[in-house]
Amino acid sequence: MEGQKDVWIVGETKDGKIESVTFELVTAGKALAQALGEKLVSIFLGNGIEEEARNLFSYGVEEVYVLENPELANYNLDLYGTCLEKVISEKKPRIVLLGHTDMGAELGPVIAFRLGTSIVTDCVELAIDESKGFLLRTKPIQGGVALGVFRDEGLPQMATIRRKSFLPAERVTDSYQDVSVMNVDLSGVRKRIHLLDRIKEETAGVKLEDAEIIVAGGRGIGDAEGFKVLDELARYLKGALGASRAACDNGWVPTSIQIGITGKIVAPRVYIAVGISGASQHMSGCSRARTIVAINKDPNAPIFKQSHFGVIGDWKIVVPAFLDKLKSLE
Amino acid sequence: MNIVVCVKEVADPEAPFDSFRVDTERKVIFASPSVMRVLSPFDEQAVEAALRIKDKMEAKVSVISLGNKLDRVVVKKPLLMGADELFLLEDEAFEGGDSFSTAYALSSAIKKIGSYDLVLCGRQSADTNAGQVGAGIAYFLGIPLVTVARKIDVSDGKARVEKVVSDGYEVVETTLPCVITVSSELGQPRYPSIHNIRRANELKPIIWKPADIGLDPSLCGKKGSKLHLLKLFQPVYESSCHIIEGDTPVEAAHNLALRLRAVRII
Repeated sequence: MEGQKDVWIVGETKDGKIESVTFELVTAGKALAQALGEKLVSIFLGNGIEEEARNLFSYGVEEVYVLENPELANYNLDLYGTCLEKVISEKKPRIVLLGHTDMGAELGPVIAFRLGTSIVTDCVELAIDESKGFLLRTKPIQGGVALGVFRDEGLPQMATIRRKSFLPAERVTDSYQDVSVMNVDLSGVRKRIHLLDRIKEETAGVKLEDAEIIVAGGRGIGDAEGFKVLDELARYLKGALGASRAACDNGWVPTSIQIGITGKIVAPRVYIAVGISGASQHMSGCSRARTIVAINKDPNAPIFKQSHFGVIGDWKIVVPAFLDKLKSLE
Repeated sequence: MNIVVCVKEVADPEAPFDSFRVDTERKVIFASPSVMRVLSPFDEQAVEAALRIKDKMEAKVSVISLGNKLDRVVVKKPLLMGADELFLLEDEAFEGGDSFSTAYALSSAIKKIGSYDLVLCGRQSADTNAGQVGAGIAYFLGIPLVTVARKIDVSDGKARVEKVVSDGYEVVETTLPCVITVSSELGQPRYPSIHNIRRANELKPIIWKPADIGLDPSLCGKKGSKLHLLKLFQPVYESSCHIIEGDTPVEAAHNLALRLRAVRII
């Protein structure tokens, strides 16, 4: 791999602040940069984010690039794709990592195709092949039934990483350097996709991704009314309500609280799964919870194989009794 | 309006974990016989998205699937739902491909079909979970890409798409032809109607080999792939579940509360 070196991470900001997945990328990238004896570089695209991006130096990033233009304030596939493709072609990093986010999951494959390389999406582990220096990328397949380790010989070597798979980096120094700001000219870029509107569908209460405790329901809950009982438990525990895809597809709860491989990936301290059988695509989204508690009337439900505590019984009886007892223990 | 939908046959992703076995030697996942073969759910929703457009306007829906020894009952389902024709890229050479070789073959087939205004795919397949084929087709056809759609409206040579994002959705617009990948938020796919079942019985899939779409077999499937699977293994999960007992469900629930409090989990 003559000539191509350094590990790049594509940072993200939200409302002017560095997004949490970026710190996870720092952790992932730093280990690779150390293994290769190369630099960890972060690149941001945006408008007026130089000061915020500079913070990454204190987390051990050795170089920070910002591609600046008012039109880059919000993610747009055509604009971001073209800018990133150009800068990667010029600077020739060995490795490029993105978060498996709304942006990264779309932008990563697009750039990989344009650069004639490949990308492995939704990785949970990364390593360097000691003999040849290739990036070994581990990702769950068949919804987490198996983990596959992939390699290719294209350049740059690319991956998107799953949220919560790497611990966020911690501050390691107070020394800052200057951000390399590149003002990019977008006049020649064809913008084919236009954003007309953005609608927020935030659920009230604790945000699912940040919740310490999650109470989630599945097909076994049966209707929207049933979720009110789970919500009461979630609120009492100062946690958040989650759901399996089956419950969301049935319209009992909004899809914004779906947990699973195509929903949110969560890693709470406690995950209480109620009426969830444990389909692989759901477990893939919650298996990183520290403690999983399952309540299910089917003793053979696969969820029990991945849980730490379980109660076999009808949730309609178990959940209210559980909540009453917790209240009485105050 | 000509719509092409790409669909993949997979093992039912709603099947429980323990119905799959990982063969680390041969690097394949075996599903137990009880696991059904189905259309990858997002792809079925892409078929539904195409049919919803056809409900509103004059449209022809062509479906393409790629693989080898495809299960006719599974891949013909889009016809039963109301699609107009089915192309099968079916050959040994198509086996074991990555996103690159799969997107290359599908885009070559779409070029051969000739006229297309809209190409729809599922946001990702239920087996590899890669989510790259849509991007690859857009790249090879040189047309715009919109991912993770929950609603698609087409008019005046444009597509207006509601695109799911983590905290809600965006409304974006692009020109046709384009590639759009579809997510489960679109809603339930329709059931086959008697009319469409009768019609589908008379439709024969059109089978294409690599040469039929102008491809050398070395560019297809595993040979045409850039990514290589080095290792496949089963993640190890803790299997020490403490089942909390009780004479009645209420007592079990109380014991659970006591236990979780005692170990300070809650």
